[in-house]
Amino acid sequence: MSLASIGSFAAIQHDEIVEEETGEEETVFNPGEMILHHIADSHEWHLFTTETFHATIPLPIIVYSAGKGLSVFSSSRFSHHGTYNGYKIHHEHIYAVDSAGNEDASVKVYDFSITKNVLSLIESAVLLLFIFITVAKGYVKNKGKAPSGVQSFFEPIVSYVRDEIAIKMIGPKYERFMPFLLTVFFFIWFNNLLGLLPGGANLTGNIAVTLMLAVIVFIMTLINSNGYYWKHILWTPGVPLPLRIIILPIEIIGMITKPFSLMIRLFANITAGHIIILSFIGLIFLFKTIYIAPLSVGFGLFMTFLELFVALIQAFVFTLLTAMYFGSAVEEHAHDDHDHGH
Amino acid sequence: MLNSILLDGLALAGAGIGAGVAALAAGLGIGRIGSSAVESIARQPSESGKIQTAMLIAAALIEGVALFGVVVCLLIALA
Repeated sequence: MSLASIGSFAAIQHDEIVEEETGEEETVFNPGEMILHHIADSHEWHLFTTETFHATIPLPIIVYSAGKGLSVFSSSRFSHHGTYNGYKIHHEHIYAVDSAGNEDASVKVYDFSITKNVLSLIESAVLLLFIFITVAKGYVKNKGKAPSGVQSFFEPIVSYVRDEIAIKMIGPKYERFMPFLLTVFFFIWFNNLLGLLPGGANLTGNIAVTLMLAVIVFIMTLINSNGYYWKHILWTPGVPLPLRIIILPIEIIGMITKPFSLMIRLFANITAGHIIILSFIGLIFLFKTIYIAPLSVGFGLFMTFLELFVALIQAFVFTLLTAMYFGSAVEEHAHDDHDHGH
Repeated sequence: MLNSILLDGLALAGAGIGAGVAALAAGLGIGRIGSSAVESIARQPSESGKIQTAMLIAAALIEGVALFGVVVCLLIALA
């Protein structure tokens, strides 16, 4: 499913090249631009556009450059003049401009803006804190009794993550990893679902976000690793000496590719899902006819339901593989017949 | 000029073919996992939970490798 979209990507790029040559930018609908605009991060939160009106929520722009220092202003300043306060925005990248109004590439601009993805990250953090503090309070209050309210929905999921993921994959030392595993699971699940809402930000389809998640998993694996884990990597038991020359680099590369594949899997799955839905909807504007609408809305709806399922599956798979990597890091010599890490 | 357009086109064709091959291979792999999992569940319905977890792990690993291919194709198509 996630693979099918790449063909459309190639077509999209081709459209752009043709368009640049003919110079007809206003009249031709460009599906590639529309899709990339929807899945990419942005300095303003775009809601919808009618013939005369752009509904956007302006977001704060925070930039630092050596000459001008720190400046904070609203992103709506850019839409009025194009340049503001010596800065210019072009394809979501902020440049410094000189007095003549040209881009000045020599000035390095550090962009700390609260972009759409940053805002959505803060939003989901507040949502998660609110829900899970309520659940934790309910757990304390109803100790030994049946759960109530929102707790009844989340407690089975929490115990599923504990019983089916943490205990099975990590073993007796699962307890210290539970907070991280639950946070990762619910963070990814909630953000996948928030990304599917109309106007939602594509946060888990942002490679920087998934990179940070993977880096945290990698660092936690290294911190919690025991001697047996390192012995397995550096001096793999039961391997003849000539083979060690080949096995050692493979094992070391394997350490890196595990978090790398976590990063790519989440990013590619969520982004591809968004691209497919947007491609179906884009067909209406591409063919400029209403008669294609039932087909594309039908397929779009089907894909959206599939994405609801994928949102859960990806959160589950990320947590499961994370638990597997932690499990291989804390595994003791006693049960090396169960080789989870490979 | 013509040469550069031709080269761009070839690169895009390569990206498309690469993505197609990645999809084909991942489809074959995941299909085999699915068929064996369904077969095993039919033989041992009581073990379906364990089989499903093992199936998901294997599918996720295959998908990961396929997605590496896709990302390379994306980089070719976008660069």
